Amino acid sequence: MTLRSKFSGMASGLAILCAAAAAQAETLFWSTQARPVEEAQAMREQVLAGYGSAVDYQPNEDGPWLTRLQAELQAGKGTIEVLGALHGNFAAMNPDDLVDLGDLGVAAESATFNSLAMLGTDQMQYLPWMQASYIMAANKEALQYLPEGADINALTYDQLIAWTAAVEEGTGQKKFGFPAGEKGLKHRFFQGYLYPSYTDGVVRTFASDAAVEAWEKFRELWSHTNPASTNFSFLQEQLLSGDAWIVFDHTSRLAQAFNERPDDFVAFPAPAGPTGRGFMPVLAGLAIPKTAPDMEASKALVQYMMQPETQIATLKATNFFPVVPVDLPDDLPPAVKASGDAIAKMSGAADANPGLLPAGLGDMGGDFNRVFVDTFERIILGGQDIRAVLDDQKSTLAGIMEKTGAPCWAPDAPSEGACPVE
Amino acid sequence: MTATDVSSGAAQRRSGHYLYAASVALLCAWVLVPLYFLLINTLSSPDTVNSFPKPFIPEFDWGSLEFFAGYEGMLKALKNSVVVAVLTMIMSIAVGAPAGYALSRFEFRGKGLFRMLVLLTRAFPLPLLALPLAVMFIRTGLDDTAIGLALVHTTLAIPFAVLITFSLFSGIPIELEEAAWTLGCTRFTAFTKVVLPLILPGIAASAIFAFVISWNEVFAAAVLTIENRTLTAFLLAKLGEAPLHLKFAGGFILVVPALVFIFAVRKYLFAMWGIANR
Amino acid sequence: MTPRYLPYVLILPVTLFLGVFFLYPFALVAKQAFTTGGGFTLDNFREVVGYWKFPISLKNTMLLAAIVVPVQLALALLMATMVNRMQKGRDLVLYVWTIPLGISDLAAGIIWLAIFEQSGFLNSMMTGLGLVDQPITLLGYQNPWLVFAAIALAEIWRATAIMLVILVAGIGLIPKEYYEAAEVFGASPWKRFVKITLPLLRPSLQTALILRVVLAFEVFAVVVALGGTLFPVLMGQIYSYQFDLMNGGGAAALALIVLAISVVFTLIILRALRVPKGATI
Repeated sequence: MTLRSKFSGMASGLAILCAAAAAQAETLFWSTQARPVEEAQAMREQVLAGYGSAVDYQPNEDGPWLTRLQAELQAGKGTIEVLGALHGNFAAMNPDDLVDLGDLGVAAESATFNSLAMLGTDQMQYLPWMQASYIMAANKEALQYLPEGADINALTYDQLIAWTAAVEEGTGQKKFGFPAGEKGLKHRFFQGYLYPSYTDGVVRTFASDAAVEAWEKFRELWSHTNPASTNFSFLQEQLLSGDAWIVFDHTSRLAQAFNERPDDFVAFPAPAGPTGRGFMPVLAGLAIPKTAPDMEASKALVQYMMQPETQIATLKATNFFPVVPVDLPDDLPPAVKASGDAIAKMSGAADANPGLLPAGLGDMGGDFNRVFVDTFERIILGGQDIRAVLDDQKSTLAGIMEKTGAPCWAPDAPSEGACPVE
Repeated sequence: MTATDVSSGAAQRRSGHYLYAASVALLCAWVLVPLYFLLINTLSSPDTVNSFPKPFIPEFDWGSLEFFAGYEGMLKALKNSVVVAVLTMIMSIAVGAPAGYALSRFEFRGKGLFRMLVLLTRAFPLPLLALPLAVMFIRTGLDDTAIGLALVHTTLAIPFAVLITFSLFSGIPIELEEAAWTLGCTRFTAFTKVVLPLILPGIAASAIFAFVISWNEVFAAAVLTIENRTLTAFLLAKLGEAPLHLKFAGGFILVVPALVFIFAVRKYLFAMWGIANR
Repeated sequence: MTPRYLPYVLILPVTLFLGVFFLYPFALVAKQAFTTGGGFTLDNFREVVGYWKFPISLKNTMLLAAIVVPVQLALALLMATMVNRMQKGRDLVLYVWTIPLGISDLAAGIIWLAIFEQSGFLNSMMTGLGLVDQPITLLGYQNPWLVFAAIALAEIWRATAIMLVILVAGIGLIPKEYYEAAEVFGASPWKRFVKITLPLLRPSLQTALILRVVLAFEVFAVVVALGGTLFPVLMGQIYSYQFDLMNGGGAAALALIVLAISVVFTLIILRALRVPKGATI
């Protein structure tokens, strides 16, 4: 072969490689949700297969998801047509980069969700897509240690601590599991559960005396917690392996345990403290980046995702609940039934103290979470003095609130201007 | 020397030999046992993966592997991975080996700087570079192509290719080349006839590195390919959150092709042994 | 072509390549580190260095590298010399020893977690042998040294092969006659190793060490898998700035610090293992 023919062969080889990539007919759905292989498969086969034309459902971790999206926005040319992500992901974006979805004629049932989705602008930045929450779950073997007089559906934090202590005494092992791992959602427990239950606030009451009590209680709970919790991010794994018997986590991160061995586990509401039973929702949304190549196709897919039938299929695939009114069928997977019941009991409880997702923080959402994670790591893992840590972290939190000017959200009392840290 | 001396010397040698064989076996076990555990978990049912105590013999439950066999797009992703890895291999050696030769044979201004540049490529995290690279690729049309991704992977593999070939060229006496010149070879033919055979092991080592780096790279692959996902981006990025049994099976599936490749080229690591032992 | 220009011609492809695919994006990212909205500033550096986890992450990263790299070097040297004098089965043994090369750090993390987790293989083995009554927590916050040891073991397992392959390729170039001559003079195996192998292997040693050290500062996936939140390392902090806090400037600043550390260590290794000019076998 002559040198020249070698070169031309190489060039045509390259041309083929490039050409193969050029054709794209499928609608690209770029998502941070339903990442586990089985859920992604279910999204493709059960949810999106029913859509008229082909959809390429690509779930990614936040890092690649964001990097790709930013690159397309910066390049001014994109392939992503629909975005699926959490409220927090969208809140961190520049509002100009997302297309107004107010004229689609679809929206969530909850006015609160719809106003959250405007992200402080006067447009629908994203459409609420599906919701979930955090609940408790336990291995049925743990039930024998439940303290006398305690109702599993109306536990208090004190009873939970007594229960975990009894399990430790009975089995010789610390069996409470907490998502304190690298990818664990521990910050949500503090923001949406512990703080509202003890201080009836999150920001205003961050360093209050009640907050000191809350952390003392948590420290007590931690003393009965499986020390390997710093490696736990998906408590379904520890439920299934038996490393933890009583756990707190995101409903979809517990689902596999219920689906695999529905008879072995129970789901129940989060415990209550002096100021009620704090809990918080998880909200995922759909959005369209301004670089979407075919706006009509994008909008059509978003509309399809909001149909009641699609929402039910999504529930079965991902364990995230619908945001539009639907009649739930009877053939739901065990995990959906179990977590649905627990959420209903939690929100219907007399002492329910629902909190909202952080709003108005913009791209400081990560910094806000870090305040709570740092506080946890310093107090619980580092063994530092609670009062001192809270006073120290308080200034960081106050700085974030001032910088963003975010007003208070429930359960904090409303504020004029930036939410103050008292 | 008395007879007893001889026999004790032989005994010593024999015990030394056993010690040697034992350490080889031990080191092999050190590498293989963790992999054996991966195999056990891959071939276990979901229940067994979560059970305690763990079995030490696989139960040959093919369920997890079958799940992936039925996973849409696996074959295409496998093909993409191979294409990207092979392109990376070819480019990194073609581009890197000449530079390795230059570093070992010539003194030139900027040599230190050049070496630093090559090294620093690996000292900066790729996920930060991915954003500007992706913007550049989208603008130039390299986005979502095998060649585009291979270019990024080549950047990662170049330090290995340059430095390995450099250290091997340094180990070959320049006299050998000079002898060839006096015997009528040009610089080029002296290189191809004398030096190249000698550094084939190094080329093989660089090729292994290039292939493996490309094969296992997740982040750039996840950002820079959409339609043409590589197997790693397709699987590995999601394994972190998969149920345990699928996590292990997916990990296993990713390991196997890389092992096949290393097996295929391993003999080149020793290929020119005879020549090297002039 | 005159020899004067030849080296530049030979390095031109790499330079162009790295210029486009590394230096250009690198310059853009590095610029971010020195700006926050407005003009030149060192605020990003101040922020990341002032964060309470920075000293811990720095210490952890350095400590891990300080333990892992020397062990790997010794192990790789041992394995390479063993392979070298092997009569039969050399191919197979070398293949087995290079296997971890094909395993990504994410997969290695999965494998070693399966060994060390509470219901993992190590506990199964210990209960099976009757060493413990019930599985014990190995990767808990009360035993930071155990966590560290687990991470170090996994890293040694995963990344020794990188050095091994480079050293094996280099050792093959050392002429056998040297050893034969030394044997004639009655040099012990250890003496032969110190006087012949080590000096002649210097170029390969240098390469293997530099690459390994640079990569050791970027350790992440295995650490996260085994250490969770207990063992913060610099690379984890970089990712957290970039993707959790969306603070590209902070991430870039921290990455530049890691880069600077790598440069310093590279220079040290280059000096310590200098290959004398014109040195030949």
